[in-house]
Amino acid sequence: MRQSIARALADEMTDDSTVILMGEDIGAAEGPFKTSEGLLDQFGPLRVRDTPISEMGFCGAAVGAAATGLRPVVEIMFIEFLGVALDMLVTEAAKLRYLSGGAYTAPLVVRASVGAGLGFGTQHSQTLETWMYATPGLKLVVPSGANTAYGLVRAAIRDDDPVVVLEPRVLYAERQEVDFAPIRLGVADVVRAGTDVTVVALGQTVGTALAAAADAPWSADVIDLRTLIPWDRERVLESVERTGRLVLVEESPYSGGWGTEIAAHVGAECFHALKAPIVRFTCPDVPVPYPAHLEQRFLPSVDDVRAGISELIATSRRPRPWWEREGYAS
Amino acid sequence: MNAAGIPLERRAALADPVERWDRMVEIRHFEDRIKELFAEGLIHGTTHTCQGQEAVSIGIAVAARPTDHVCCTYRGHGTALALGMTLDAILGEITGRVIGTIGGVGGSMHLSERSVGLLPTSAIVGAGIPIAAGAALTAQVRGEDNCAIAVFGDGATNIGAFHEGLNLAAIWQLPVVFVCENNSYGEYSRIDLTTPVTDLAVRAASYAIPSEIVDGQDVDSVIAAVSSALERARSGGGPTFLECKTYRYSGHSRADQATYRPAGELDEWLARDPIELYRNQLIAEGTLDAAKAEALRSSIVQRIEDCVDRVMASEPAGVAAMFQHVYAPTTASEA
Repeated sequence: MRQSIARALADEMTDDSTVILMGEDIGAAEGPFKTSEGLLDQFGPLRVRDTPISEMGFCGAAVGAAATGLRPVVEIMFIEFLGVALDMLVTEAAKLRYLSGGAYTAPLVVRASVGAGLGFGTQHSQTLETWMYATPGLKLVVPSGANTAYGLVRAAIRDDDPVVVLEPRVLYAERQEVDFAPIRLGVADVVRAGTDVTVVALGQTVGTALAAAADAPWSADVIDLRTLIPWDRERVLESVERTGRLVLVEESPYSGGWGTEIAAHVGAECFHALKAPIVRFTCPDVPVPYPAHLEQRFLPSVDDVRAGISELIATSRRPRPWWEREGYAS
Repeated sequence: MNAAGIPLERRAALADPVERWDRMVEIRHFEDRIKELFAEGLIHGTTHTCQGQEAVSIGIAVAARPTDHVCCTYRGHGTALALGMTLDAILGEITGRVIGTIGGVGGSMHLSERSVGLLPTSAIVGAGIPIAAGAALTAQVRGEDNCAIAVFGDGATNIGAFHEGLNLAAIWQLPVVFVCENNSYGEYSRIDLTTPVTDLAVRAASYAIPSEIVDGQDVDSVIAAVSSALERARSGGGPTFLECKTYRYSGHSRADQATYRPAGELDEWLARDPIELYRNQLIAEGTLDAAKAEALRSSIVQRIEDCVDRVMASEPAGVAAMFQHVYAPTTASEA
């Protein structure tokens, strides 16, 4: 996936001379995750800019540059580092159009690596999409592999609004065929078609959902949401109307995870069609643990999702999450 | 004559020193009138006025080109009027009217006017500093000769955005001028309680940025300092930090009666009131006389009353306004 991101950046920079990159170690070092490999050589230091460790500074500079004629793409090495720059994104970039009556816009992209699975410990392994979830004016996308990464990064750069791209770090090393086409923001993808249940996933949980559905005794529509803000209500509602069941697979805490909004909306809109409660497979409400075996336990597992959906279909009751079954938390 | 005026023409008018004085008086009376309207309960919310700081606003507006980008704070009425925004656009915004600069949804803290380079003023202390660096970055990347100016208070020099913005501007040698309006108070707190140095200009030294302490009550000093800083920026010399020593006659916001000020401090500053200083200077130079100054003052008071009458009688923002300009309009190819 890292190569497809570098290629998407290169293709946009070739097509549009106003696209510039800023971030820590993205130039000479080609990015801590090698997502800007070759770009300094190809486009030069005016457009590929190594920054100090100064997220508030360079995110703010991205807002000012975007307002005045560039399309900056900033890289946040780990999403946690956006904490010190959240003002620039949530309170400045997302409000710039509104606060100028459309005279100024902020066509910037914030890319950040997210998620658990590589043993970076609790301050470098969160997804934190909900930091930005309730922010009108922002868009937010999450690729699930090399192909969606390419398409979403290109579309994000072309978009006239500020867009956050959260890249599951565990997928950087994954390989996949790439279509080399932009993917329209706000449109989900049905990556597997079925009839018994709608499974909505995002980022690295798309792989979990597909694996769970692969040899399951039930048949699922698996939807890769791709864009979280604005999420594709139409496609999800259409699927749930057909299947009568909705399951969300989230790499986020149970309380306040991204699926809560989708569950609430679908519950209200599709109540008549639902044969079972809406169920969310999430992480427990704890910080991300470091050791590999606990990190895997922390993430929603293929086995839990498969068995949980079987139970849901058989009983029409919410399968209790493993931490409840095993008595670790209520 | 179009009572509301045209921002670019109002900006160009500042070529005339008498117009500069006129605009300073306009800012003063406008701010006084805003305070009254709030006190009378005719305006909702809060406001931050800038009486006493007019020379800094005018100095920036005279020195900068309309194609330069200005990032300013929530204490922005003076800067906005100086840059050329019209009384109607500002009062309309403050009172939530359709004729406000962004249709009334922003309020007192959120003014902008692209035709004269005013980016949306920010209600977050220090936020405009890295944003101005970014506007300067655009000029550098695109090879254009326009500059950026960040206007902020002394309180902003203690927030991370100040230090990160100056550092970035210095390492990239960006064409930006940082103008600090040091009025001795960050919100309700005296600077010596919050800041270990009295002269904020020294802070620029740690970023190897040239700096200057400027008499913020003397409009010509501000014009000279901002002009030479802009010249440095335009010729590739990078950023400059200007500390304009000035004073805020009012409290931080409308709720603040500024009872924390030591007795006599306000009077000391009133003795060097920027409007009176400039009036006396223009009279001494023979460009203005006392009778004309009084006539101008009366006409400004009338201009503002006319503006208040027009704006208060005008249409309030409709519900549709709050749904506009949240996202880019969807283009046909996307739909």
